[in-house]
Amino acid sequence: MNELTKIAYNCKKATFLIEKKQTGEINIREKLELKIHLAGCSICRTFEKQSLMINQMVKNLMGGADEKHLDEDYKKHLQEIIDKKMNEH
Amino acid sequence: MSNGYNEGGVETQSLNAKLWVSRYADYLYSFAIARLNDEELARDLVQETFLAGLEKLEAFQGKSSERTWLTAILKNKIVDAYRKKSSGLEVRRSEDEEAKAHEDFFEASNGHWRDDHRPVDFMTDHVDPLINKELSGILKTCMGKLPSLWLAVFSMKHVDDESTEVICSSLSVSASNYWVIMHRTKVNLRACLQKNWI
Repeated sequence: MNELTKIAYNCKKATFLIEKKQTGEINIREKLELKIHLAGCSICRTFEKQSLMINQMVKNLMGGADEKHLDEDYKKHLQEIIDKKMNEH
Repeated sequence: MSNGYNEGGVETQSLNAKLWVSRYADYLYSFAIARLNDEELARDLVQETFLAGLEKLEAFQGKSSERTWLTAILKNKIVDAYRKKSSGLEVRRSEDEEAKAHEDFFEASNGHWRDDHRPVDFMTDHVDPLINKELSGILKTCMGKLPSLWLAVFSMKHVDDESTEVICSSLSVSASNYWVIMHRTKVNLRACLQKNWI
């Protein structure tokens, strides 16, 4: 079995390359290997689609859209610390 | 006169420090918790950030906004926390993480998807805000289950857009291990989403 045939059937390697590709760090050879695999593997095509959606969701989720609140007691505590420090100077 | 200008500047800044809690505490807390998934630690880091900010008031040159400046301090604290967590892991990894690192989604012999882990096309293409919200909620829970080193690597890349080099050096991860973690994290997250959605 040559290398290209191997990747054509190896989903583990293909999904690895899918992740690597998303940050733009795969070489031409890897790109070709992945292309060949994806042409024949609908499961990994689904993986790739979902993987990109997850990236987007993570960005939206962590982008600050979801505001959390510190409880008031802790804020009061923080304020006291700051006031105290500032009076020292 | 430059002197008067400087004094004026310092005064404005110290006045602003009194407003940090009301202006930025919630923002910084949300920022930290999104990256650490640990409420207690996030609270501590907000406090440390304010304290470090007070120490460095003179160094603030007004080149960035106050919020950006405080966020930069917090970011460094978060990376320190990641580092602490992940170095602890190398000494003794929890059983859960051990299991996850070895859980295999692919056949060992040929790299095929295992039958029970095969991706199913369950996410819709069209954007429905309600469904999205529900999926995001599940995703959050799934991220909370990741080993802390994985979450650190993953969020530095996908939330903060840090370069591979910066991530590897600040977390002391080799380049090859970095890619293994990125791959495993995504395969795990996707599987977790699918399991909890369908």
